[in-house]
Amino acid sequence: MSQFYTQTDHFVLLPGLLLTLFGCATLLFDFWLVPEARYKKLLVGWLIAAEAFTGASLYRHTTYLADNGLTELVAFRGSLVMDGFSIFFNWVFLATAVIVALISYRYLEIEGEHHGEYYGLILLAQSGMFFLAAGTDLVTIFVGLELMAISFYVMVGFLRADRRSNEAAMKYLLLGAFSSGFLVYGFSVMYGMSGSTRLSDIAASFAARDPWDPIAFLALATTVVGLLFKISAVPFHMWAPDAYEGAPTTVTAFLSVGSKAASFAFLMRIFLGPLAASREVWEPILIGVAILSMTVGNLAAISQTNVKRLLAYSSISHAGYILLGLIAGNDTGLKGVAIYVLVYTFMNLGAFLVIVALRRENIIGEDVEDLAGLMHRGPGYAILMLIFMLSLAGIPPTAGFIGKYYIFLSLMQTGHYLVAVAAALYVAVAIYYYFRIVRSMFVSDVSEPTPLAASLGMRVAVAVSAGLTLAIGLYPEPFLQMAQTSLIR
Amino acid sequence: MDPILFFIFAAVAVICAISLIVQKHPIKSALSLIGVMGSLAILYLLLGAEFIAAAQLIVYAGAIMVLFVFVIMLLNAGEEKSPARPSWFAKLLGIPLMIALLGILSYVIQRAAPEGSLAFGEYTGGAREVGRALFTTYLLPFEITSVLILIAILGAVVLAKKEL
Amino acid sequence: METLLENPLLQKLLAPLIITIVIIAVFPLMAGYIVLVERKVLADMQVRLGPMRVGPHGLLQPIADAVKLLLKEDIIPRDADKSIFWLAPVISTFTALSGFTVLPFSHYIFVTDVNVGLLVIAALSSVGIMGVVLGGWASNSHYSLMGSLRSGAQLVSYEVALALALVCGVMMAGTLSMVEIVRRQQDQGIWFAFENYGLMLIPFMIYLIAAVAETNRAPFDLPEAESELVAGFHTEYSGFRWSLYFLAEYANIFVVSAVAVTLFWGGWMRPFPNVGFLEVPLNVGFPVLLFAGSGLACFPLARKLKDPLQAKILALVAVGLIGVGLIFLVPFVNDKIIGVFWFLFKIGLIVYVMIWLRGTFPRFRYDQLMDIGWKWLIPLGLFAIFLNAIVGMLRAG
Repeated sequence: MSQFYTQTDHFVLLPGLLLTLFGCATLLFDFWLVPEARYKKLLVGWLIAAEAFTGASLYRHTTYLADNGLTELVAFRGSLVMDGFSIFFNWVFLATAVIVALISYRYLEIEGEHHGEYYGLILLAQSGMFFLAAGTDLVTIFVGLELMAISFYVMVGFLRADRRSNEAAMKYLLLGAFSSGFLVYGFSVMYGMSGSTRLSDIAASFAARDPWDPIAFLALATTVVGLLFKISAVPFHMWAPDAYEGAPTTVTAFLSVGSKAASFAFLMRIFLGPLAASREVWEPILIGVAILSMTVGNLAAISQTNVKRLLAYSSISHAGYILLGLIAGNDTGLKGVAIYVLVYTFMNLGAFLVIVALRRENIIGEDVEDLAGLMHRGPGYAILMLIFMLSLAGIPPTAGFIGKYYIFLSLMQTGHYLVAVAAALYVAVAIYYYFRIVRSMFVSDVSEPTPLAASLGMRVAVAVSAGLTLAIGLYPEPFLQMAQTSLIR
Repeated sequence: MDPILFFIFAAVAVICAISLIVQKHPIKSALSLIGVMGSLAILYLLLGAEFIAAAQLIVYAGAIMVLFVFVIMLLNAGEEKSPARPSWFAKLLGIPLMIALLGILSYVIQRAAPEGSLAFGEYTGGAREVGRALFTTYLLPFEITSVLILIAILGAVVLAKKEL
Repeated sequence: METLLENPLLQKLLAPLIITIVIIAVFPLMAGYIVLVERKVLADMQVRLGPMRVGPHGLLQPIADAVKLLLKEDIIPRDADKSIFWLAPVISTFTALSGFTVLPFSHYIFVTDVNVGLLVIAALSSVGIMGVVLGGWASNSHYSLMGSLRSGAQLVSYEVALALALVCGVMMAGTLSMVEIVRRQQDQGIWFAFENYGLMLIPFMIYLIAAVAETNRAPFDLPEAESELVAGFHTEYSGFRWSLYFLAEYANIFVVSAVAVTLFWGGWMRPFPNVGFLEVPLNVGFPVLLFAGSGLACFPLARKLKDPLQAKILALVAVGLIGVGLIFLVPFVNDKIIGVFWFLFKIGLIVYVMIWLRGTFPRFRYDQLMDIGWKWLIPLGLFAIFLNAIVGMLRAG
């Protein structure tokens, strides 16, 4: 290995490299070995194999860091870093990708668009997320972001014959490109300020300036706008409901969880790295955004009849909650963000899984009406959905409660009492619309009796999601320890 | 000589940029954009960044704009049919806001400008320097960009091919 | 006067200015004569005589054509977009002629030597596409639009293969400056086309094919396929505007040939540049033989002509040619012009090959054209870069 690509570089890059190579190999594999439609399921196995390798390398990183007593491993002259934070988030991405792949094959067969490229795109999007979470250089982060975003643009439009899917892809593409423009403008100003693209150099340059210095403020403002777009926080949320509704439901699940988790990882890197010194500037902005997100997300969700739209607004409000942890900014808050992201992953994925199962031949199954009487048709799914809804609402003993608990705790610790009260009030509003779904499932009569589209992958995925949602709620200790290791130092 | 050239081409860039927005026909807007890109390339050249200037021309004024024009021609996009006059709201709010933004930006840039004057041709942005930076400092993003391009091609095939 | 000439600023400005003026003045005439050669060679291949009326053996035909074009009525279609219709040929001509600024005609005859000379040519040619595309669009005619769409797609596709072939050459040279590229070949004592045990012939062939496509010439002349599209993108153009397109086309041919010569054929150097004993035979003997010989060969032709005026003109041309040949015998002058001679001679060879291709191959179908570009030339170009890089590394040790 040369001086430009050392052993450390290789080791740190390994998870991303594996994902990229397996992603590219999927395309060839699909083309050469499984050209026939009915064998495309094999690609799910292939993807899980890829994730197994990636997981192994992530595990190796954890042990390596622990064995050598390191907190981080820096590679590519400071472009890429492996620390607890990136390992934690990569586990989240990995779990998301596996679950999404498990539920996808049946759904895509029903939609008549089961192509191998889908799995390749999942892997490549995940490699983008890897660079987003592990990157410590503006260029690396931005390329990782685009890697993820372009994969998602394509996946959102994957149902090519469906006009809604096309429309969603178009809207997502346009607004995504628009927000990337803001972000890159902010990045360019940061580069202009510090003369370097490394986050540490930029942090030093921010620290050396007055936080209200106009050029620093310009960099901060444009970057923050771009970041808020990506996590779909109000007032930059308008793409989310349309994109979520039109996209194939499996992709919506991936988008609402994977993309959001990756964007939060990215957001934390920026806010706790370069922008840490100008906390006094961005804290009021973020408080406003978080409260607006909770307001708009929760209130707009009430009137939705489409479950995917409802969940889209709910995910906007969850983004608001997660931001609160960052606003508090102490260790509890950051731990709260990590645990909230983890919890949100499983409960939100779970909710989407049930919607995916509702999609059957000739039945779209996305309205709240379609859930009517689910208790009688598929009691198992109905009970699991109840768990997910309770968790999304944040009711003990589910995982959602743990997430919210840490966020509120951190707000109390740092004296943001008013914000905490507002956030708590919105939990009450959220319970209302989550229970509309529950009421429909348990109280309403059966509207149509077709059985749900269950497959082996679906059963496994639902079981895992529900199991973890309960497990984190009942016995949070190991997960809290995981989150503890993810703190950026 | 250099400052004169700078002001000429800076003015051309600004005029073309305004024309880009004002023009009603998309093709003429695209042409104005080529004008902007071309004059930017010359500004790079004045700074001594020869490689960047040539790349700017090849990539933006050449490849990207040709595709723009190509798409405009294929879609047969005609003249923009805007309402007879812009709304009073746009006039009342837009113009002061624009002036305010310009003022703020020029203030910010004025504040941020380094001490002392800038010499033309001071930077060396030759092919050698750019190549060295790409393969050392920016090796990782450079390599990931190839994956990015692969995904873009993949996306085009997935979304546009009739029979997948 | 002496002191004025020695002023460095003036020297810096004056020489490029004179060369530029000479190029702009001479090139249109040269383009006209390239056309004459093309018509004559094609005629010969098809067993015809070609132009014979204007001047002896059609020697004055280009001048007659030029006068005709300039005097023709200039028609702008009623529904055309006037401003763009006016601008498009100007873009084409401007970019094509600007390419001359970085061509090294000999070791000291060039307008300028920039560090990124090759990229400047690539940039100008990529902007030059706009002239063709916009011209076809502005004409507001189906034939023109089809022609310009085809041409846009074709030029963008083949530009990639062209650039890949150039990368191989640049890899050998290690510089992008046109003058330096030739100097490197001088240092290494070999034309880059034969470097790397002849492996560089692959990129050279790719370059040649892509260059033919890039200049819209047969067998890749789909943008102006006369049997389908009348005249393609310039269907609606006439008179002076048309001749601008025409000039741009031949300027492009000249420039791509010049790049091929510079990068692969040793620019202004004579063949076998490192073999000392060939100095006199090649640098003196060959041009003298070429010019004086062709001049002498003209006399029998002149005698056969019936019209006495035409016979006299041809005899005059013959004497002129012999005179040019004799100039090469003067060592001082020879030293100054031999570089230009070899440069133009090699360009002539490449242009001849292009005419030859036109006379030999039928036009490709559109899908074949795209297949050749994307499925053959580009992969082959990448392969050639890979191969030459590895072999070059191994040779360097």
